[in-house]
Amino acid sequence: MLEISNLHVKLEEEDKQILKGVDLKIGAGEVHAIMGPNGSGKSTLSYVLSGRDGYEVTEGSAELQGADVLDMEPEERAAAGLFLAFQYPVEIPGVGNMTFLRTAVNAQRKARGEEEMSSTEFLKVIRARAKDLKIDAEMLKRPVNVGFSGGEKKRNEILQMAMLEPKMCILDETDSGLDVDAMKLVADGVNALRSEGRSFLVITHYQRLLDHIKPDVVHIMADGRIVKTGGPELALEVENNGYADIMAEVG
Amino acid sequence: MALPQQKTDLTEARIAALALPEVAGWSEPARKDALARLRATGLPHRRDEYWRYTRPESLTSPEAEKAAIFDAEEAPLFDGQAQLKIVFVDGVFDAEASDDLELAGIEIERLETAAQSDIHWARGLYGSLETAGQTPVARPLATLNTAYASDGVLIRATGKADRPVSLIYQHRDETADAMLHHVVRIEEGAALTLLENGPGAARFNTVMEVEVADNAAFHHIRIQGRDHERRAATHAFARLGTESVFKSFTLTVNGVMTRNECVIELTGDDAQAHVAGAAVGDGDFHHDDTVFITHDALNCESRQVFKKVLRNGATGVFQGKILVKADAQKTDGYQISQALLLDDDSQFLAKPELEIYADDVACSHGSTTGAIDETALFYLRSRGVPLAEAQDLMVLSFLAEALEEIDDKEIAADLTTRLAAWLARRRS
Repeated sequence: MLEISNLHVKLEEEDKQILKGVDLKIGAGEVHAIMGPNGSGKSTLSYVLSGRDGYEVTEGSAELQGADVLDMEPEERAAAGLFLAFQYPVEIPGVGNMTFLRTAVNAQRKARGEEEMSSTEFLKVIRARAKDLKIDAEMLKRPVNVGFSGGEKKRNEILQMAMLEPKMCILDETDSGLDVDAMKLVADGVNALRSEGRSFLVITHYQRLLDHIKPDVVHIMADGRIVKTGGPELALEVENNGYADIMAEVG
Repeated sequence: MALPQQKTDLTEARIAALALPEVAGWSEPARKDALARLRATGLPHRRDEYWRYTRPESLTSPEAEKAAIFDAEEAPLFDGQAQLKIVFVDGVFDAEASDDLELAGIEIERLETAAQSDIHWARGLYGSLETAGQTPVARPLATLNTAYASDGVLIRATGKADRPVSLIYQHRDETADAMLHHVVRIEEGAALTLLENGPGAARFNTVMEVEVADNAAFHHIRIQGRDHERRAATHAFARLGTESVFKSFTLTVNGVMTRNECVIELTGDDAQAHVAGAAVGDGDFHHDDTVFITHDALNCESRQVFKKVLRNGATGVFQGKILVKADAQKTDGYQISQALLLDDDSQFLAKPELEIYADDVACSHGSTTGAIDETALFYLRSRGVPLAEAQDLMVLSFLAEALEEIDDKEIAADLTTRLAAWLARRRS
C-alpha cells in the first residue's frame, strides 16, 4: 500500500534535516504504529506524506499503490486515497461541517472521475456514520471544528475519514488531549474502518491507544530514522521502560 | 472662508449639468437650502482629508463615465423572498415592474408625487438628517443629492410589515447618471425591513434618511452586485430613538468605485445601531466604507463589522468613527475592520477612530490585514478540496462574520449561497 524508501527531508526555510532516511513498507490491510520521543520526526513524516508546505524532500521516495505521492498536490494525494487525521484539527469559522464534508467528498469523486454523491444519499450516509461516532446533528451543522471540545474535534476527524473512505490513513497523535472514554470512542471508530483494502499508520506517544487499535507492526522512530521494528510487544516495552533502553540498544 | 477657486469651479461645473425639478412642491426649500450649503462647502476634492484614500473625481465630474450593461444571467436576488417590489430603471420609477405600493401598516409613496401634497410627514424630514450629518465632517455628495434628487421613495411604517420592502435598481442606459433620495420613518413600536439591490445606473448617487422612533426597528440589507463598471456614492443617515434598533448590512461585489457612507446618531437611551459590510473586489475595484456613529444617549450599543476580500490590485478603504458624547454613559461601542488580501498587489487602508468624552464606556476597535491562513488551506486540501475551491471556502469563512450580522438567517443563508456561486463562477 505505502512504500517509503530512504526518505530524507529538511525544513524549507532553514538548513535543518528532520528525516534522515526513513524506510517503511505498509501492506494492504495492515496497521502500523510509529512511536518515538518528541522531535524524532513523526509528525514531519505525516506532513510530508500529506503534502504540507515548508518541507523539502532531499532524497528518497514515497509511493502509494505504486504512485509517487511526493509529486502530487495535497488534494491529489487525498483523491489517491491518502488521509491524515490532524493532531490539531483546524477551526474554519463560517463554513458548516456538512458543507465542508460534502465539498470534500464530491471533489474527490470528481477527481477520480466518479459521479458526485447526491445530497439525499450524502445525508443518509453522514447521519449513519455520525451516529456511530456519537456526533449529533447539531455538530454537523456547526462551523468546522469551531467551539468543538478536544474529543469532538478528534471524532470529527474520524467522521471525515469514514466519509472519505481513504485507503491509507495516517493518524497523527489522535490520542493527544483525549480522556479514556473519548479515546475508546475514537478507537472504535477507527476499528470499524479496518478492512483488507485499508491500511493505517498510527503515530502516538503512548501505548494505551494501541490497546484499543491493535497494530500489526510497531516502529520506533528516533532522530529522523526508524531505529527498531517489532510486534505489539515493542509498544509495551516502551510503555514499561521508556525509550532509553531502546536508544542505548540501537546506539 | 472663501472656497478655493478650484473647488468652486468643480462644484459649479457639476451644478451646471443638473436642473432642480420643475415642480418640487414642499421639497423646494430643502433643495434650495442644500444648493446653498453645497456652494458653501464645495464638492469633495482629492486633497480633502475625508477623501484621502478615495479619489472623488469620477463621482463629482459633470458627466458620468459610461458603464457597460451587465447581464447577470441568474435569478434575481432575494428571488424566493416575499417582498413588495419597487423598481427603478436608471433612476426612473417603473410602475409596470413594481408592485402596487400597498402594504398593511406601511405608507409608501414616490417622492416626486408626494412632494405635491400640502401636508406630509416627510416634509420636515427631507434633507434634515442629511443636514445634521454634515458636522463635524462635510458630506457634499449627499448635499448635492438633497438638492437634485430626481425621485425616491417615502416610507412610513406605523405597524410591523409582514414582508420587506424591496428597492430594485436596474441599469439599461450605459450613460445613466441617477440620483435618488429616500426618506424612511419608523413610528413608535413599528418595524420594517428594507432590501436594496441592483446596479441602478452608470453612476448612482443615493441618500437614505431614516428616522427610527422609540421602540421601533429598521433592518436594511443591500446588495451592490456584480456589474463591474458602475460608480456609486451612497449615504445613509439615521437618527435613533429610545430602545430602537437600526441594523444595516451591505454586500458589495465588484464595482470600480463605491463609497458607502453611514452616519448614525443615537439620541434615545438603550438604542442599538449595527452596521456591517462584506466586500469582494478584483482588479481596479475600489471600495470605501465610511461610518460615523455618534452616541448621545445612555446605555446604547453600536457595532461596526466590515470585511473585505481583495485581489489583483483591488483597494479597500475603511474610515470608521465612534464619537461618544459626554452624557452618553454606559456606551458599548465595537468596531472591527478586516481585509483578506489574496495577493501582494491589493491594499487595504483603514482609519479607525474613537473620540470619547464620557468616562463610563466600553469601546473597542480593531483592524487587521492578512493573507489566507496556510494551515487552514492545507487542512481543506488534505481532504481533497482543490486549491481554488479551498481558497473560496476560506473567503466565505472570512466574510461569514459580517454576514452573521444579518438577523434574518434565511436571507443570510441565501446570500452565502449566492456569494459561493459568484466566487465559483469567477474561477471558471
